[in-house]
Amino acid sequence: MSIVFYIVAALAVGGALAAVLLKNTVHCALALTIAFAGIALLFLQLDAQFAGFAQILVYIGAVAILVVFAILLTRGSETPKDGVYGRKWPLGLVIAAAVFSDLAWAVLQSARVLPHEAISAPTVTVLQIGNALIGRYVLPLEIIALLLTAALIGAVIVAMHEKEAGK
Amino acid sequence: MIDKPIVDQLDQVFILLERWIVSFLPAGWQAVASVVLNVVAIIAVFPALFAIAVLLERKGLGRMQNRLGPNRVGPFGLFQPIADGLKSLTKEDIVPISADPVVHFLAPVFLVVVVFMGYAVLPMGRNMTLVKMDAGLLFYFAMGASTELSVFMAGWSSRNKYSLLGAMRAVAQMISYEVPLLMSSVAVVMITGSLSLEKIVAAQNQYSYGLPHWYIFTPWGFAGFALFAVAATAETNRSPFDLPEGESELVAGYFTEYSGFKFAEFFLGEYVGMLSISGLGATLFLGGWSAPLAILGWVPSWIWFFGKVMLSICVFIWLRGTLPRLRQDQLMNFAWKFVLPLTLLNLMVAAMWRFLGEGWERWVICSAVLLIAYVAMGRIGMRHGHIGTRKYRYAE
Repeated sequence: MSIVFYIVAALAVGGALAAVLLKNTVHCALALTIAFAGIALLFLQLDAQFAGFAQILVYIGAVAILVVFAILLTRGSETPKDGVYGRKWPLGLVIAAAVFSDLAWAVLQSARVLPHEAISAPTVTVLQIGNALIGRYVLPLEIIALLLTAALIGAVIVAMHEKEAGK
Repeated sequence: MIDKPIVDQLDQVFILLERWIVSFLPAGWQAVASVVLNVVAIIAVFPALFAIAVLLERKGLGRMQNRLGPNRVGPFGLFQPIADGLKSLTKEDIVPISADPVVHFLAPVFLVVVVFMGYAVLPMGRNMTLVKMDAGLLFYFAMGASTELSVFMAGWSSRNKYSLLGAMRAVAQMISYEVPLLMSSVAVVMITGSLSLEKIVAAQNQYSYGLPHWYIFTPWGFAGFALFAVAATAETNRSPFDLPEGESELVAGYFTEYSGFKFAEFFLGEYVGMLSISGLGATLFLGGWSAPLAILGWVPSWIWFFGKVMLSICVFIWLRGTLPRLRQDQLMNFAWKFVLPLTLLNLMVAAMWRFLGEGWERWVICSAVLLIAYVAMGRIGMRHGHIGTRKYRYAE
């Protein structure tokens, strides 16, 4: 664990905490972007160039923009007077803790299954990722493509419906 | 013919200079010093080109509009950029009282940082790439996509309706045109088989009968370059796609509430972004740093790269002086109903080009497909297009 890892991890965790704790919704969205950037840097620190850049391109370039756009279009950037927390936040905390412990357990188990010496950082090129996506993992890829197409058509139908109702 | 070693030395003059400077330092510092030198060179050269581009734009637009342009500072107004720079440095920095101070401050800084990051992967000459990345093109687009966030931050934090409207327009436009920008570049990646910009240039740096193998000289490459140029113009908010900062409607769009050096940073970010996307276009379709004719191979490679970039800037200026601004609905229709379908078709055509073999058939078939699609889509689009007064859905 190098010092770079701790800096990047602090950035990601700090961004995520700020996204939850800040009052202004747009500030939360921008803090979430910092968390996304931290995760992308973690990927890059692990020499996973493709995953890191795809993370920046998709999450910062598209998801974060869509989040702020949604906030602006729904006029939700004004802070509500009675705080942003619902009454059931302890339940959310329990679920989050359960998911975290499950993931942490899985990660810790993997260290026992794979001996430490056998792990050497593989050098994966973009070409290999492409071949794997089209070869071995083509079925999941196609399923995701189908899902996204369905979502796209759904979005178009929602937008069209509004137009006809307006006439 | 000129002596070979001198030609090589001229070609590599910046590399040799860097090695010479670094050689004065102790061995442990040399690697760090070389990186720092490269970064400093990029941060120094492109703002200088920005100054030249601004002067060129003001003089060129002046001539196109039948006036003189700036002609008071220095001979022929050549020192105008220096005067502009000093003026923006000495002006008062005003932050609106209702603005969000942190986000308002961070927006221009973020824009400039992200825009300069893109240069890390551009090959500016033989052996002149700062970071040789396997996924260089992806890195470039990741940085390019991040500029949208800065635009949003500027528009939202100013608490000004013109700023916010400008930011909304800008973000909508940049998201829409980012898709064709990426898709038209994917055709190049498909043919080259690599995301590395170095390899893309190397694939184009070959000659047959003294003519280069640039991608623009193939049917799919020509169509791809045209689509890329349209998308790049929209992505950099240049006229005819300059709605986000349309002066007659929105004062200055998302940076209305910026003054002094922060305004200059937005201006810098915009022009450096223009230079950068011109460099990417030249790298992808115009052979990067390779010479346009085999017999011109003795001219240093960096001259070709920067020449191509400045030529694209001239075209940007020419377009701005020639075309009127589009309307928001025209802009969106053009992106989603014309440019995007054509880029998707261009991907198919690039695949056909790859698998039709070396003969003359692929030239005929690929050109015919693209030409027919272009004409047919243009005809259909114009038939259903409502030229005339706009019908408002909500405002009436």
